[in-house]
Amino acid sequence: MGAYLVRRLALMLLTLFGMSVLIFVLLRVVPGNITDIIFDSAGYVNERQKKKIEQQLGLDQPIVVQYGRWIAGLAKGDLGYAYVSEKPALDEILPRIPVTAKLAVLALFFSVLIGVPLGVISAVRQDTTLDYVLRIVSLSGLSLPSFWLGLLILMAFVHWFGWIPIYQSSPGSLWKEVALLSIPAAAVGFRSSALVMRLTRSSMLEVLRQDYIRTARAKGASDTSVHYDHALRNAVLPVVTIIGIEAAFLIGGLIVTETVFNIPGVARFLVEAIRWRDYPIVQNLVMFIAVVVVAVNFLVDMTYAVLDPRIRYEG
Amino acid sequence: MDLRHAAVATIGCAAVALAAPTALAQKSGGVLRSYNSSNPPSASIHEEATIATAMPFSAVFNNLLMFDPSKPRNGLDTIVPELAERWTWDASRTRFTVTLRRGVKWHDGKPFTAKDVQCTWHRLIGKDPDDFRKNPRAIWWRNLSEVTTNGDYEATFVLAAPQASFPALLATNLSPVYPCHVALKDMRTKPVGTGPFRFVTFDSNKTITLAKNKEYWKPGRPYLDGIQFSIVASRATRTLAFAANEFDLTFVADITPPLVGDVLARSPKAVCELAPTGVTTNLLVNRDRAPFNDENLRKAMTLAIDRQAMNDILERGKASISGAMLASPHGRWGLPKELLDSLPGYGGTPAERLVAARRIMTDLGYGPAKRLKIKVSTRDFQAFKDPAVLLVDQLNKIYFDAELEIVESSVWYNKVTRRDYSVGLNLTGSGIDDPDVTLVEGYACKSERNYTNYCNPRVEKLLAEQSQEADPSKRQQLVWQIEKILAEDAARPIILHTVAATCWHPHVKGHVLQQNSIYNNWRFEDVWLDK
Repeated sequence: MGAYLVRRLALMLLTLFGMSVLIFVLLRVVPGNITDIIFDSAGYVNERQKKKIEQQLGLDQPIVVQYGRWIAGLAKGDLGYAYVSEKPALDEILPRIPVTAKLAVLALFFSVLIGVPLGVISAVRQDTTLDYVLRIVSLSGLSLPSFWLGLLILMAFVHWFGWIPIYQSSPGSLWKEVALLSIPAAAVGFRSSALVMRLTRSSMLEVLRQDYIRTARAKGASDTSVHYDHALRNAVLPVVTIIGIEAAFLIGGLIVTETVFNIPGVARFLVEAIRWRDYPIVQNLVMFIAVVVVAVNFLVDMTYAVLDPRIRYEG
Repeated sequence: MDLRHAAVATIGCAAVALAAPTALAQKSGGVLRSYNSSNPPSASIHEEATIATAMPFSAVFNNLLMFDPSKPRNGLDTIVPELAERWTWDASRTRFTVTLRRGVKWHDGKPFTAKDVQCTWHRLIGKDPDDFRKNPRAIWWRNLSEVTTNGDYEATFVLAAPQASFPALLATNLSPVYPCHVALKDMRTKPVGTGPFRFVTFDSNKTITLAKNKEYWKPGRPYLDGIQFSIVASRATRTLAFAANEFDLTFVADITPPLVGDVLARSPKAVCELAPTGVTTNLLVNRDRAPFNDENLRKAMTLAIDRQAMNDILERGKASISGAMLASPHGRWGLPKELLDSLPGYGGTPAERLVAARRIMTDLGYGPAKRLKIKVSTRDFQAFKDPAVLLVDQLNKIYFDAELEIVESSVWYNKVTRRDYSVGLNLTGSGIDDPDVTLVEGYACKSERNYTNYCNPRVEKLLAEQSQEADPSKRQQLVWQIEKILAEDAARPIILHTVAATCWHPHVKGHVLQQNSIYNNWRFEDVWLDK
């Protein structure tokens, strides 16, 4: 298990280094930099003023020098200054992370809470009316874009309650914030829960046909014990994989949801920063997301090893 | 509710709202909630050209002069004092002296003096070492040589030549006085002014908060305790939030004509006023590149534009069709209908113009079997793409084989400035309804916003003449002469002057929406909430 852990950690560091180079180079390959966009917002271009700003921001330096400065800054915990707001990048990024983290955790919570039990029920009640209803619900979850669902939710709230659940100023208490975030989280989580549900169902159906399930029933185990202790435990491995992948993909889903519900999180902020080519924000934020994704994958790998001992011996 | 009924209801409500301040006793207190549709690039009005900065931050500042906020149509005859108590021209009309209000303090407690006036305009003309990071309206001040001071309360603007529009340039919200003692970097992030509201916070992509300036020099103002602008990127979300009473006032010109009916259906008591946005939809033709260096080809393109069709489709017929200057009743300088109809591209029916355009194209060797293949470039914004699609269709009717080229927003002006296009569709904003701004920015030889590189010595001469002409009616005649030349030269033909609505709930009182500039009257000092 120790060697497996070290191998995975080394792979993780290598991936992060590759990511840092990729992020840095790709950002600079995209046409237009911050100075172009600063002038774009004013509807004119002045080469002299543009060059002066490029000089001030260090954009006139060779790309290797710029990369070296970024990595050296990162090592010291200095993320540089945001080009647009002219505030320290850390001050811009840090307050937004908890907002998105809460939203993401809530969305994952919804997807697991709804997806796994409904997937089990759907598999156990295969080809019954309940199964068909749940399959239709899951299909609709997969086909409805979360931003559209979000807008429908907002319209419904305005129409029936004369109130709109959008984020304007800080809600005050954690519970109020969780209550406010649970609505967009449900909109995002609905799609993920549909995916989790379908995968749980198919995985359960496969496991329920295994010999050891028949043996458990023959031994007189209750339905609950058979379904949850014997079947689900063995069917859950692909579901854990998909939850890990969904956690990584969630950031993409959150961009539109944060925009629709006006949530001041990192996902929406990232898109805005990309639009402005605000390099210090984009490269640090993407790097942060990369670290989270790599860490989640690492945790998923570790969970595999715990759930299936064969993995740690073969891996 | 259809648009016509909505408009009638709106005008009725607007009349009541306009009359309200005189009929009711103003109440103090409350926070006005509005929104910005995008994150302002910075808080420094002098360094930005976008309304996203001007609307929320104008209330932090004062000007020397201002357009009378109670009058909806700005003009040289509606200018009233603000930080300047009075002003005079010398006999040569090249020295404009302002006498400043005494006892005014910046929000940080320092006194406001003539040095601040001098320093603001010296920064704008590049005479101060601490100059602006960018200076989008540098051309406005091309005639200003220097600003001299006489003690703490008198400043004189020294001009190279007389300039009739000079007071108007000072009176727009885009020309606030900046404090000399505050670094420009700080003015971009936490501005200090003398205005009715103090700056509190500017959280990128989140909120802008202003609080009442309790030591404001104007007695009894402002009525509001504060203003909060939430930055809401999604149009659907912000219009729903307005319907849910989360906002008292929409962002200026945020409600397009097709959306006005939707907003009024959800909030029947809301006041929605349609007004010109100060933005024109215009055709860019690269006159340096063959075959567009042929005057006849450019003329045929101008004839092919069906402005009324564009207006009906995009603006529900509410946009203004005129030359470069906005026409009456909203604008002050535009050509009257009979003169406009005599210009190429405006008179006759669309069918007649189409026949004439096809004839020119046939003479140039084009026809159904030999079409002119082009790309129509435009910026990746919906407001640009919609008219560009229609333009492609209209050009294809006169033997063009045009296709749309969508250019990423961030590189659009770079591309246009490099003249790296053949045909383009652009939207251009103008800060003040005055020829010295609109015509000079768009058509003067050395203007950074003259995207087509159009340069005509006759136009240059007339631009200088109208600028110096003190008599408004003579000046207007000169402006109309320029308009005629521009239309004959097909110099960046104007397709439409777009319109959009600004809405507010009936409890918002004392606000007068300006009809010929979206940038003015955002001090909010006369606004109060009847709650």
